[in-house]
Amino acid sequence: MSLSTADVQKVARLARLAMNDTEIEAARSQLSGIFELIEEMQAVDTKGIEPMSHAQDLSQRLREDKVTETNQRELFQSTAPQVESGLYLVPQVIE
Amino acid sequence: MLNSSLKQMSAALRAKEISSVELTTLYLERIAAHNPTLNAYVTTDAAISLGQAKAADELLAKGKAQPLTGIPVAQKDIFCAKGWRTTCGSRMLSDFIAPYDAHVIEQFNHAGAVNLGKTNMDEFAMGSSNETSYFGPVRNPWNQNAVPGGSSGGAASAVAARLCAAATGTDTGGSIRQPAALCGITGIKPTYGTVSRYGMIAFASSLDQAGPMARSAEDCALMLNVMTGFDERDSTSLPREKEDYARDLNLPLSGLRIGLPKEFFAEGLSPDVAARVEGAIAEYRKLGAVTVDISLPNSRLAVPVYYVLAPAEASSNLSRYDGVRYGYRAPEYADLSDMYEKSRAQGFGAEVKRRIMIGTYVLSHGYYDAYYLQAQKIRRLIAQDFADAFKQCDVIMGPTSPSTAFSLGEKNDDPVQMYLSDIYTIAVNLAGLPGMSVPCGFDGNGMPAGLQIIGNYFEEARMLNIAHQYQLATDWHSRSPVKETP
Repeated sequence: MSLSTADVQKVARLARLAMNDTEIEAARSQLSGIFELIEEMQAVDTKGIEPMSHAQDLSQRLREDKVTETNQRELFQSTAPQVESGLYLVPQVIE
Repeated sequence: MLNSSLKQMSAALRAKEISSVELTTLYLERIAAHNPTLNAYVTTDAAISLGQAKAADELLAKGKAQPLTGIPVAQKDIFCAKGWRTTCGSRMLSDFIAPYDAHVIEQFNHAGAVNLGKTNMDEFAMGSSNETSYFGPVRNPWNQNAVPGGSSGGAASAVAARLCAAATGTDTGGSIRQPAALCGITGIKPTYGTVSRYGMIAFASSLDQAGPMARSAEDCALMLNVMTGFDERDSTSLPREKEDYARDLNLPLSGLRIGLPKEFFAEGLSPDVAARVEGAIAEYRKLGAVTVDISLPNSRLAVPVYYVLAPAEASSNLSRYDGVRYGYRAPEYADLSDMYEKSRAQGFGAEVKRRIMIGTYVLSHGYYDAYYLQAQKIRRLIAQDFADAFKQCDVIMGPTSPSTAFSLGEKNDDPVQMYLSDIYTIAVNLAGLPGMSVPCGFDGNGMPAGLQIIGNYFEEARMLNIAHQYQLATDWHSRSPVKETP
């Protein structure tokens, strides 16, 4: 399978990855090679096969609805790129 | 001391023949001397390590030591360790100081082990050569122009070069077993759900599993005893009784049925590796095992299925890196969207971006059924192949990797060739089974080859027994690339 430049541009936008034309072109060629490998799957008849999403067939555990975490805002925000008064700073979104 | 087993080291610590501070200092000195060449460690912190060693010596003096108390262990840089820089091999996390401990780190702390440092790895564990690390490639101690394998390449190199007593790794598609094979050490990926993923930076959550990398099966058993255990903070952690993985090491192998999948000995396997693996199987026959020819007919689809499922999960897991709460933020940007796109473009390396894009594509509208759903269906067929095989045999054996260590740069420009180096390991992750790699000889250039042992679910103790009996009969695992005598 061969991907188009537009396909790759769309995927880069969806994945929030800034890419210039050279990078898009390089990605297009490499991804096409990888999808050639992936296409081998299409020859397999999987009618009636239940998809397997997980290694163990377990249902999700439930827990009691009680607070187990303590507030560690300062510690957690110590690793943030930009904070002020306990808030994460990002560029202005609403005019 | 460098070639002593963990059991012998532990005995020496208890007998006061050596202190943990002395042992830790010995390794820190070796790291200082050899890490500039091997690049196996990304971060060391002598003050923290020696502080833990001192605390371990106090426990030893009080007679409160557990089996790994005072033993210096290297931690893969995928595990959050409180106060330690935890990078996952990425620029994205190059300044990230973990604010909490992973469950695995907590377990080693409770055991009184010493954290010797954080080992280098492929970025976000995506790679088979350790060349995708932001911190540069790791070198193989058997030949410095060869890769150590990946993604746990730093761990494998450090264990082989005696830069730690033992190490942790993680394995999503072969990342413990393939580097163990390429560096001539022993590593085991346990059954999915056995070791908690809490605090282990996520790549593909339905496949990621941590395990030990060490110089012998016996050492791996002692490490696994510390690493495993139910943890409610990982929703896929299995509520099982604690078990002693060393309990069956000395059982005889008479009557053991070894399944040999014909697909693992077909085209693509290097003759050198094939010969070493066949040699190991001959040794097992001498130990009383019998072999059974089996087939895993869908195993050829494991690589394509994996390169849909793992990138799909990765694209979701890695969406958290947005330059807001932690991680890298681009220095210049126009608006919020531009900040996300530039931070991610600059923070992630080429392979990670490639996989995020594959994952984004296969999950996008209109392609989901053809790729993601189809891959999940074939995943079941692959798991069913193993279930059928285990009706005829107790354990499956074959090569870990199709070749011995390749040269640095050799497969860098061809992602598909790189992906195919995990052709024998990936199916095991898809099924969630335990798998291990054991050294089984050397090729014509003196590079180690690995025998892969695949067990049924929760058969780790049996697999370690099978590997240990082989290691009692052979000495491949005790060969060392270290020339000097300490």
